[in-house]
Amino acid sequence: MSETASALSPSKPAPRPVIRDAREDDMAEVRDIDARITGISKPEYWARTFSRFGGRTDRWFLVAEAGGRIAGFIIGETRAWEFGSPPCGWVFAIGVDPARRLGGIGTGLLEAITARMQAAGLATVRTMLARDDALNMAFFRSQGMMGGSFIQLEMPLGPEDDAEPGER
Amino acid sequence: MKLQKATLFALFAVLELARNPGRQMSAAEIAEVYGISVNHLAKVLRELGRAGLVEAVRGVGGGYRFSGNARRTSLYDVINLFGDIVTDASEMPGPSGETEIAQALGRVLNEVDEIAVATLKSISLATLLKPIDRQAARRMALSS
Repeated sequence: MSETASALSPSKPAPRPVIRDAREDDMAEVRDIDARITGISKPEYWARTFSRFGGRTDRWFLVAEAGGRIAGFIIGETRAWEFGSPPCGWVFAIGVDPARRLGGIGTGLLEAITARMQAAGLATVRTMLARDDALNMAFFRSQGMMGGSFIQLEMPLGPEDDAEPGER
Repeated sequence: MKLQKATLFALFAVLELARNPGRQMSAAEIAEVYGISVNHLAKVLRELGRAGLVEAVRGVGGGYRFSGNARRTSLYDVINLFGDIVTDASEMPGPSGETEIAQALGRVLNEVDEIAVATLKSISLATLLKPIDRQAARRMALSS
């Protein structure tokens, strides 16, 4: 996890963030944080994600607001009965302003969303990460998450030259 | 996954010392806790010292203490000091040769190794120690 001078400066403590439900007018800042982390701007994706996950009962789109600015976001939902899995919480996105890292914002966001999941009767939270995503992997591990009882599998879609017809 | 003795001893020692960074422990004390060879552990501690993870404290009551950064040091970092993990796919142990079966088996074994490496890289010493310390605190609270 990279550290920045501003994130570590002891002389000017950052304002304590308030975790709340995301609003439509937060999307520009959420989009900006995501673009700075991933290097890809996805305005349509964020508009669609807000309309699907904002202000729902079994879906959660939360933001951390500090000093009038959005410092981070987290999104999750309830997933049920996928290959026999009883209903569980699923976190599929988290982002913290790179200049505000190491300030407990990610921890606050995860605690807030898991509290909502527990209140909704869920007993487990899951997520899925890229194997080489060291930053998020270390973050979720530090929060107590471990390898779970499901394994993610994938394959490229499209014809393979050597595949038998019955294998497609 | 089976680790070599030296690697396992290094993990025992570094985690034992990192659990209480201000505390000094001799090689003999650590060896006694884990029931391992003190001579072997002493060699391992010297290697950990060269890597800056522990430092020797001389004099009466001397020993070793943790000198690394528990939040920035992963299990992989410690294991890798002893060359116990291979990350280069071309060096991965497994079936060799040009046959299709050997190559297919090699891909599966690489997958297993890559998952193991990603897991070890994602767990810092502090992360591993956190639930242990929490349990100890809970036990103390119950007994008081």
